[in-house]
Amino acid sequence: MAWIIALAIWAAGWWVNMRLAESSRANTRAVSLAIPAIFGLTLIAIWQVLVTMLDVSAVILPAPSAIAAQFAVSIPTLVADFNQTIMKGAMVGYAFGMLAAFSVALLADRSEFLTRGILPVGSFMAALPIVGTAPIFVKWLGSDWQSKAAVVAVMVFFPILVNTVAGLKDTVAMQRDLMRTYGAGYWATLLKLRIPAALPFVFNGLKIATTLALIGAIVAEFFGSPTVGMGFRISTSVGQLAMDMVWAEIVVAAIAGSAFYGAIAVLEKRVTFWHPSQR
Amino acid sequence: MKSLLPIATVVALIFAIWTVAVVPMNIHLTADMAARQDIAVTPDTPAARQEVGALSLAMRNPTIWEMTYSLDRPNLPSPHQVGAELYKSVFTVEPTSRRSLLYHAWVTLSATLLGFVIGAIAGILLAVGIVYNRTMDKAVMPWAITSQTIPILALAPMVIVMLGSIGIQGLLPKSIISAYLSFFPVVVGMVKGLRSPDQMQLDLLNTYSASGTQGFWKLRLPASMPYLFASLKIGISASLVGAIVGELPTGARAGFGARMLVGDQYGQPILTWAALFGAAITAALLVAVLSMIERRTLRRMGMGAA
Repeated sequence: MAWIIALAIWAAGWWVNMRLAESSRANTRAVSLAIPAIFGLTLIAIWQVLVTMLDVSAVILPAPSAIAAQFAVSIPTLVADFNQTIMKGAMVGYAFGMLAAFSVALLADRSEFLTRGILPVGSFMAALPIVGTAPIFVKWLGSDWQSKAAVVAVMVFFPILVNTVAGLKDTVAMQRDLMRTYGAGYWATLLKLRIPAALPFVFNGLKIATTLALIGAIVAEFFGSPTVGMGFRISTSVGQLAMDMVWAEIVVAAIAGSAFYGAIAVLEKRVTFWHPSQR
Repeated sequence: MKSLLPIATVVALIFAIWTVAVVPMNIHLTADMAARQDIAVTPDTPAARQEVGALSLAMRNPTIWEMTYSLDRPNLPSPHQVGAELYKSVFTVEPTSRRSLLYHAWVTLSATLLGFVIGAIAGILLAVGIVYNRTMDKAVMPWAITSQTIPILALAPMVIVMLGSIGIQGLLPKSIISAYLSFFPVVVGMVKGLRSPDQMQLDLLNTYSASGTQGFWKLRLPASMPYLFASLKIGISASLVGAIVGELPTGARAGFGARMLVGDQYGQPILTWAALFGAAITAALLVAVLSMIERRTLRRMGMGAA
């Protein structure tokens, strides 16, 4: 019975979406937002129906309604965890990693030789499981947010570095020659031509780094943390089999991740409005 | 090959910074140890040494610098200690022994590869669906893109506990995390690739009166190969990271993640570092193998960079 209802919901959701996607207004903004929203709601409805009707144990998979209830009850806890993990650990680490990457990129950029070495080494480092250094940093810097910020800084450093270095190289000889005919020195060329030209690349790196920052801050808390924080809450709640709390934290992480990414994307749109990909 | 020298320089620079950093990182431990062996250290009481910063302590005691490189339980192991541990645990121990890094590498690698294959195949299939079905494109694609902004990796322990409670244990839970992580890059890359043929090429196939299936096998699929390989390379390193993180906080007993954790909990930092480097080398090998397949395939298709 439960499966039949689930199937019916799926069919209904899919039918509505199909009508919308084939309709003449399919490319308007409202419809292209509505279709994925309907798809998401369909999945949540099926989840709810299957969990309640098949009596799935809350230890395995809590129903969306149970998660929402838990979320509403524990908002103060969730806010405290959010502050500790995202605002302190992830944001501070992100800022430091970004500044370090920019400085190294500007230094390396002065030498063609170093640039050619840093690009491959940096993209190799960016693919490594750097999050594995979390236990080391927790041992060095203690269990509060400083060690998390350090892990995050190292994790975001390499993608931002590689993209910045690649971006700074992205001017053609014609543009540089033009700057020279204007009598522009190194700094003027850097500020007025090369940094603006690098921005689309830089933002690419910054966007990749947003997700990494959250992952680093949360995972590092599995290795030691004060009794607050999203990673701490996830690991202790898993231990107590309080899955609704775990899912509530996941919702927070998902919203925070999308919001962080969205903020960088909005900033990118404001700053690189001239770039073909934004028009 | 002209980038070989710059790469070597950058790597050498990193190792040089590491080697120099070993002294201040370990100087407090070393000074305490030296004092116990009746070697003169300034300042001479442990309490006074705690007051002094690492750099100035190092400057005042140049005689014990050498000892910082050979501690049993250093804060920061020196490169040669990590190298020796790697050599010992790879070449001198039987590969089947629990002390062998190859054994742990295999545990992680098997989960990674299984997950990667599942994730890549599922990703390619979904991408085909998205390209050929308008509803799927509109409904699923935004979620595929949004899901990359969510820190999925941080949920690995929960996935493992959840699957464990319904009786799925061992290789599969880690593989599922790996599969999930490699899935979305493959979907996004493959959709881009399958859409890369331009209108002119599609029109040409129309004039040949090619069917939809022929269009897929003869134009879209071959055209997507460069995109596919680019996303496979991202996917496989994501898979490896996923498998390792899946081992970290869940009390796994074998694999790189377990090895890092053992080193951390039993105060043997050299083990942790060796496992980290083992994982790095594994990641490099995996990407190198994929690059080789990529070069071969593209060259046979006439798309090689000559």
